[in-house]
Amino acid sequence: MEIYETSLNVPKIIEQWYLETQNSNYGAFIPFIGTVRSEDNIDGLSFDIYEPILRKWFQKWENIAKERGAIVKMAHSKGDVLLHESSYISAVFSPKRRVALELIDEFVEDFKANAPIWKYDLIDGKRIYAENRSHKISGSGLLHL
Amino acid sequence: MVYIEFLGPINKETLNLDVNSLDEVAIKLQNDSEIVEWLEKSAIAVNDEIVFDKKMKLKDGDRISILPPVCGG
Repeated sequence: MEIYETSLNVPKIIEQWYLETQNSNYGAFIPFIGTVRSEDNIDGLSFDIYEPILRKWFQKWENIAKERGAIVKMAHSKGDVLLHESSYISAVFSPKRRVALELIDEFVEDFKANAPIWKYDLIDGKRIYAENRSHKISGSGLLHL
Repeated sequence: MVYIEFLGPINKETLNLDVNSLDEVAIKLQNDSEIVEWLEKSAIAVNDEIVFDKKMKLKDGDRISILPPVCGG
């Protein structure tokens, strides 16, 4: 897992992952590349990451992938990422396509639901928490009376 | 003493509390109306593990993290 303090250099990361795995006999390499879209007058997005829990979350997915003979990779930005730049890439490598197609879906959906990353809209120089697009982590509300 | 840290958009300094269980943390945090709003929608981690048992006992030096709703990507 890679954390960058800039937007992601997509061609470089994809090339690096490709070269790292090229001779490992994976028949399928499925990347998911997230790009910041222009919407609601934002100038970009910004991210906070809590790395200790993110690393544990990612290790859990490395284990799930391993049980299926696959591997997962991920890169994410922290701080500001402007329009049409990339903040998130994940990928699955597996011997067969079906495992990779299913795993990328589960991996990206669980990432959205549970990875400890907080998103903010950048509007007129302000950083505004994207609360209405955010998801409660499993188990939320434990300390609510 | 345990430490309560507020992550992401919750704009609060770390709190030190003298408590023995998560139940007691919940009771102490009720005094702060700003924090109460976040508790309903936040997950809880103890020493960087997400926990699901409110009766969990705490020991001296434990770090409790409050994780509000997330949106990576």
